[in-house]
Amino acid sequence: MHTEHIVPKRVYYAIYLILLVCTYLTWQVAVFDLGALNTVAALTIAVFKAVLVVLFFMHVKYSTRLTWLVVSGGVFWLAILLALTLSDYLTRGWRTYG
Amino acid sequence: MLGMWVFLVTEVLFFGGLFVCYSVYRGWYPDAFAAASHELILWAGTTNTAVLITSSLTMALAVHAAQGGDRKRLLWFLAATMLLGAVFLGIKAYEYDSEFVEHHVPGFGFAFEAEHFRHAQVFFSLYFMMTGLHALHMIIGLGIMSVMAWWAWRGTITDQYYNPIEISGLYWHFVDIVWIFLFPLLYLIGRHAH
Repeated sequence: MHTEHIVPKRVYYAIYLILLVCTYLTWQVAVFDLGALNTVAALTIAVFKAVLVVLFFMHVKYSTRLTWLVVSGGVFWLAILLALTLSDYLTRGWRTYG
Repeated sequence: MLGMWVFLVTEVLFFGGLFVCYSVYRGWYPDAFAAASHELILWAGTTNTAVLITSSLTMALAVHAAQGGDRKRLLWFLAATMLLGAVFLGIKAYEYDSEFVEHHVPGFGFAFEAEHFRHAQVFFSLYFMMTGLHALHMIIGLGIMSVMAWWAWRGTITDQYYNPIEISGLYWHFVDIVWIFLFPLLYLIGRHAH
């Protein structure tokens, strides 16, 4: 089974540059005190970088729908793991004692 | 290809468990995590991020060379990918050594400011678990790349049969993605506070 689409080299170089710039941004943003937004900014950039790697370096952008489904399934299950666990731990402080 | 993707999904959830564990403890001990994170060697983590991203580029270019049936370029890019992987592991080893010397390895020899002594150990336990598991994946990746280089060398890989290179590439990029998340979560929290 071959990926019919051969990605041009310039796409790889462009993605590489964006990834490096994003790494620099993450590092610079971390120096400023943005409160809870520091984590939000760091994770947003990390997710953006991961999506670029998956779509272009891992060719998902050019892959079959079945591959899309498997990748989305993985992300969905990870989301369940995170959401259900954290919905417990992060809300424990909200308890009111009778 | 699809088999590798399914395997990577299991890997996502494997690492996911550790990320959830990290989130819960960081939610409980944000100050200790920030103080402990501050002790990590920032230049090493940042350099390693750039090294891994560059190795992902050389890996993508290796796949490109394999698709074009260019054996010589394929071998060069596989060698570059392996070299960068080795550089990453070298820098990681240097970090582990420094952390050992500074008594930041959890256990009897652990030393940290009294206020965060116990909870900083939780951070360092997670740090060694997560980066250690990641490093193990890197070592396995280097093993896979060695086999790929051998196959490319002896001419098994052609423009009609480059699937093994693509599949190995998927694994290599996945390990890069794990580091993309580990870097800000371990090295960059609380950089502004100290």
